[in-house]
Amino acid sequence: MDACDTPDCNETLKELDLFLDAELSDGAREAIHHHLDSCPDCLSAFDFHAELKQVIHKKCQENEMPADLLSRIEKCFDTDFDSDGIIG
Amino acid sequence: MADQAVFADQAMEFAPQLYSAAMRMTRNKADAEDLVQEAYLKGFRSFHTFTEGTNLRAWLFRILTNTYINKYRAKQRRPDESDLGDIEDLYLYKRLGTFEDASIGRSAEESLMEMLPDDEVKQALEGLPDNFRLPVILADVEGFAYKEIAEMLDIPIGTVMSRLHRGRKAMQKALHTYALERGLAEPELDPVGIDAAGQENH
Repeated sequence: MDACDTPDCNETLKELDLFLDAELSDGAREAIHHHLDSCPDCLSAFDFHAELKQVIHKKCQENEMPADLLSRIEKCFDTDFDSDGIIG
Repeated sequence: MADQAVFADQAMEFAPQLYSAAMRMTRNKADAEDLVQEAYLKGFRSFHTFTEGTNLRAWLFRILTNTYINKYRAKQRRPDESDLGDIEDLYLYKRLGTFEDASIGRSAEESLMEMLPDDEVKQALEGLPDNFRLPVILADVEGFAYKEIAEMLDIPIGTVMSRLHRGRKAMQKALHTYALERGLAEPELDPVGIDAAGQENH
C-alpha cells in the first residue's frame, strides 16, 4: 500500500470514484487499466473499493416488499381511471 | 386515459427498487410504503409529462426523491455536512486492506462480503445526513449515473461527486468502527491511531 505514492499512482487514485462509477471516457479508462496492469498496489486498492461498492449495492437492498403494497397502489390507479382527479 | 393504462402496465415492475430506496431514505417501513405509494400516484397523475422513449425508471426515481425531500427532509433536521468531519481518502482500505493476510484461504473480497452483515451496511448508509445519503443510495444502491443523480437532486454534477466521495468515506468510517468492535480489525494497524470509539487522536 505504501508504495502507492508515485505521481502515476496519485493520478490513478484520484480517478478511483470515476472509474468505479463508470464515468470515465474510454481513453481515460484505458490509461487506468494500463497503470493497474503494472501496479499491484493500486490494483489492490481499486479491487477493494470495487468490492466495497458491490457490498453496499447488495446489502442495502430490501429483499421483500410488503405483500399488499402493489395491490394497494394499483387499487388507487383503478379508482382514478375515470380521470376525475380524485384518487381513492 | 390510455396514458395512464400504459403507466399502470409499465411502471409497477420498478416497485421493489423504489421500495428498497425508500427504506434507505425514510429508515422505516411505514414511511417507505407511504413514500412509494405517493410517488406512484404522482407519477400516475403526471404521466402525460413523461417523454416516451426516455428512462421511465429514472423518471420514477426522480419523483420518489423529490417526494422524499419535500415530505420528510424538513421534519428530520438531521446534522448537516459540516458534521461529517474530515475523513482521509481510502479510509477503510488503509485499515482493512490487509485483512486477507489474517484470513487464510480467503481473498480480501470474500472477506469483506462475509465480514460485514447486511444490517451493519444498511446502518452505515442510514447514518449519513440526507445530503450525502441520497447520492450514495442513487449511485451505489440503484446504479444511476452522475448526470441522472444531478437531475434528480437538482444539484451540479461536481456537487454529486463531492457528496458521493465524502458520503462513502463516512460510511467506511462507520464500517470500520463496527469491525473494531467485533475484533475484525486491529487498532494497531491503524496508521493515524483510532481509539475504540473510532475517534481520531489528533
